[in-house]
Amino acid sequence: MNLLITNARVVDPSQDLDGTLDVLIEGGTIARIDKRIKANDVDVIDASGLVLAPGFIDLHTHLREPGQEHKETIATGTRAAVAGGYTAVCAMANSVPPNDERAVTEMVLAESARNGSCRVYPVGAVSKGLAGEELAELADLRAAGCVAVSDDGKPVYNAQLMRRALEYCSMLGMPLIAHEEDANLSDGGVMHEGYFSTLLGMRGIPAASEETLVARDVILAELTGAHVHIAHLSTAGAVEIMRQARERGVRVTAEVTPHHLALSDADVQSFSTYLKMNPPLRSDKHRQAILEGVADGTIDAIATDHAPHHFDEKNVEFDLAPFGVIGLETAFGVCYEQLVREGVIGLPRLIELLSTGPARIFNLPGGTLRAGSLGDVTLLDLDAQQHVTKQFASKAANSPFIGRTLQGRVVTTIVGGVVKYDIREPKKAAAPQRKRK
Amino acid sequence: MRTESSVLRSKDLLGIEPLTPEEITLILDTAEGFKEVSERPVKKVPALRGQLVINLFMEASTRTRVSFEIAEKRLSADTLNFSASGSAVEKGETLIDTAENLVAMHPNMIVIRHKHPGSPKMLAERFENIAVINAGDGAHEHPTQALLDAFTIRERLGRLQGVNVAIVGDIKYSRVVRSNIHLLTKMKANVTLSAPPTLLPAEIEKMGVRVVHSLDEAIEGADVVMMLRIQLERQGKLSFPSLREYYNTFGLTRERLRRAKEGVLVMHPGPMNRGVEIASDVADDPRYSVILDQVTNGVAVRMAVLYLLGGAHASE
Repeated sequence: MNLLITNARVVDPSQDLDGTLDVLIEGGTIARIDKRIKANDVDVIDASGLVLAPGFIDLHTHLREPGQEHKETIATGTRAAVAGGYTAVCAMANSVPPNDERAVTEMVLAESARNGSCRVYPVGAVSKGLAGEELAELADLRAAGCVAVSDDGKPVYNAQLMRRALEYCSMLGMPLIAHEEDANLSDGGVMHEGYFSTLLGMRGIPAASEETLVARDVILAELTGAHVHIAHLSTAGAVEIMRQARERGVRVTAEVTPHHLALSDADVQSFSTYLKMNPPLRSDKHRQAILEGVADGTIDAIATDHAPHHFDEKNVEFDLAPFGVIGLETAFGVCYEQLVREGVIGLPRLIELLSTGPARIFNLPGGTLRAGSLGDVTLLDLDAQQHVTKQFASKAANSPFIGRTLQGRVVTTIVGGVVKYDIREPKKAAAPQRKRK
Repeated sequence: MRTESSVLRSKDLLGIEPLTPEEITLILDTAEGFKEVSERPVKKVPALRGQLVINLFMEASTRTRVSFEIAEKRLSADTLNFSASGSAVEKGETLIDTAENLVAMHPNMIVIRHKHPGSPKMLAERFENIAVINAGDGAHEHPTQALLDAFTIRERLGRLQGVNVAIVGDIKYSRVVRSNIHLLTKMKANVTLSAPPTLLPAEIEKMGVRVVHSLDEAIEGADVVMMLRIQLERQGKLSFPSLREYYNTFGLTRERLRRAKEGVLVMHPGPMNRGVEIASDVADDPRYSVILDQVTNGVAVRMAVLYLLGGAHASE
């Protein structure tokens, strides 16, 4: 069925569009954007008072399937995605077994087609078994549908392997997503190394652990001409290295997470395991630096690093809990508050970071409302609030934002012209009315 | 009627950081009374009669565990000692499940020692009706050790305010030092730390202490020199090259102690590595060493804490 969304504030950073318009989706793609579109035989959504954006794209999601279905599945993870306004997610390779061969990629794509609520773009492994020793069959992974490769969760520690992987990726036109961490410097750390790790007596992960590898990979990107994408960048030094690299024209891009924008290591004083992730929450100095990076364009995307864990796994001592927090369902509210309401950036730039930016740097469809592009859109109500409770569409509830009230929320998510998530007020949400002429 | 200064605000003792100077003074004053009990022929008072205290020791301990148990017995509490070894913890039972099962048997207090920071807080938040006492959680806090150290300093020097305390050794991995810094700075003592940079945690100066790498400089003018145990397993793990070099650079010898004030107190929380962080002739010299007084006072201080958290409330 074709869909007409009327009277929305349409914000599309890909064409500098911000105005009250109607959007017509036909056959799953954007047909037209205009004032007062008249169309026959369409479902109509009255989006008065709502913002319409190109669907959000998450470059960094752990769907946990295959292998860790007690944490999350492709079905539940993509339901969480559409609840957060995401119409596409990039599924990280560290499943069990990892996505280091075509069969796993195909399984992820098949299950997504069967039970997924949004588009799923698999990310393949850089190395076989994520072991950092031998290259995975990168061309085969690319051919099977992987959009990027990453050993995320671990760095590619061997610099020679990293160089070879980048050279290979440059041939395939595929970005390599780098988890930047020197394990020797991290030395079993569980939180950011600084005043608060000292106060709490916890082992610290120094900022240098991330920055040394970011510097190395900028140099290797320059050497190979390949595209390195820095995952979950979290330190002031890494922002500065990125800034200089971009000025030199090196092909490096970077994402930051909502939790690194919103929280800091001071919050860890609660000892809550829902504040334990890798990279860790940094000090406020680092947080300010990544906010600046977001404002000045050094950062290309916001990615959630949605990392679901089972309740039991997190219900232990801080030292023993696994790293990772969920983020798909709170990303918009957290970022709207931290970035737009705090005056760091405007709404169009936020939408760029959540949608247009991710699509551009990974060369994905979507991220735009140009005629002929995917009919993936997200409706936002900036006046509504989201009370974050333990209830999530995700199978997991390891969110650091439980108990918070977020201003601004996702109300409707449309994937390929099909409504996948909709919590508009009853008046607005009344079954889409058939418009007759 | 109980006045504000005769009770602790919290039901638990999780660390020194949350305490006020008045609360610290209250515990030390209360301990003075209990020290007298330990000197009587019959060393027992009925303060905690009928109360069950579980000593949940998930990590090895000699002094602290024995000291708590003696303190509990002198207060007439029923005590139960639980160690991780030989328990279902070895079968993979989690801390929370272990504690839930112990709590199902209705103890009044839990004294916990665990290698992971924050674990006493985890139990304290979970069990609203139980007083949780931190007997050392990883490198975070060891509040009763700092209290017994303060008791010993106050007993010998008559005050804490303005006292110059040098703390030397493995600062990075020490819970004792963190609790001591909180306590001594709250009580307006002057704290100087000395260690190689490899054994100093990040930004420790922000806790209100002076940091010097020269041991001689740290000892200069000190009223108290507190030596910390070097964890021998750290040798060769990039913290320091050899025990020999450590002793030559940071070991406390009689020669070095000359720079301190007349009547300087030498303290050590134990267990000591003789010839590594401290020379035997210093550790055993009654002119300086109050190391065994610390142990004696530990019982009185723990009696005070147990009494204030259990006895005082129960008697209301």
